[in-house]
Amino acid sequence: MNGRPDGSALVTGASRGIGAAIAKALARDGWPVGVNYRKDAEGAEAVVAEITGAGGRALALQGDVADPETAERLFGTLEGEFGPVLVLVNNAGVRADALSPQIADEDWQKVIDTNLSAAFRLTRRALRPMIRARYGRVVNIASIVGQRANPGQANYAASKAGLVALTKTVAAEVAKRGVTVNAVAPGLIETEMTDGVGEKLLEHVPARRAGTPDEVAECVRFLTTDGAAYVTGVCLTVDGGLTA
Amino acid sequence: MSTTATREQIEQRVFEALEEFGAEPEEIGPDAEFEALDVDSLDLVELAQIVEDEYGVQLKGEDMEGVRTVRQAVDLVVSKLP
Repeated sequence: MNGRPDGSALVTGASRGIGAAIAKALARDGWPVGVNYRKDAEGAEAVVAEITGAGGRALALQGDVADPETAERLFGTLEGEFGPVLVLVNNAGVRADALSPQIADEDWQKVIDTNLSAAFRLTRRALRPMIRARYGRVVNIASIVGQRANPGQANYAASKAGLVALTKTVAAEVAKRGVTVNAVAPGLIETEMTDGVGEKLLEHVPARRAGTPDEVAECVRFLTTDGAAYVTGVCLTVDGGLTA
Repeated sequence: MSTTATREQIEQRVFEALEEFGAEPEEIGPDAEFEALDVDSLDLVELAQIVEDEYGVQLKGEDMEGVRTVRQAVDLVVSKLP
């Protein structure tokens, strides 16, 4: 524990894929974890069961982060159960891919709301208690698509690039209170969300394989540790060299 | 959270917070200006969180606009006591 304050971690979109791997990694580090999900209650409960089975503490928390009311409810529940939220991982994300001329307003808005606006609202809610605690770790899950063009994902790319800009700005605002804000940008990772988009990309990946959710989770876990206290405002790319 | 806090108690709490933020104790007083105390905007955000946690008073960004002195901040909190 290295003397870090008692508190909890909240991971959004944690019922499967990268979010589930992050929740489990943080639990292994001793954090009680709020496992947020929107629809997949079964998946979230499985993550909770795995964590508690290994001796950790976790709680499944239903809530659509795109709904502005959700942040307060998630934080209130988690604070009541496990104490102040000192680690926030904004992982929940959606895709609605199409070439730009064919992106409908609602598909633009849905992606921006979930991937960017929700992360802002959750971060805003998280920061004041973190500032008082003189400790906090916010990690935003971005994407290499925010840095490198991928036709068909203008809405997703804009949301993820926005997330990196949010990360850097907030990091500078709160650094003197011991709160770090970083981003992790996965490349091609084996999850349900990337089903069907990977095959043609794989030949461009120097590592010649897709990454795993655990490999992303390990980077997130590092950024939440005391050892990463001086790392803030960065975007750590985890892509097997794709953007190198 | 107390609903019976007096003006004096709130002022004392604000003084303590300012000292914690790094202001020189001998310079802290009702008429001291935050800028002169080297209290910055992030400190004021934390001060807002302290009064919310301890007195149930919610201060929004626009409430804090124009607040330059310790006395003005204490007046603002007192005016919003539940």
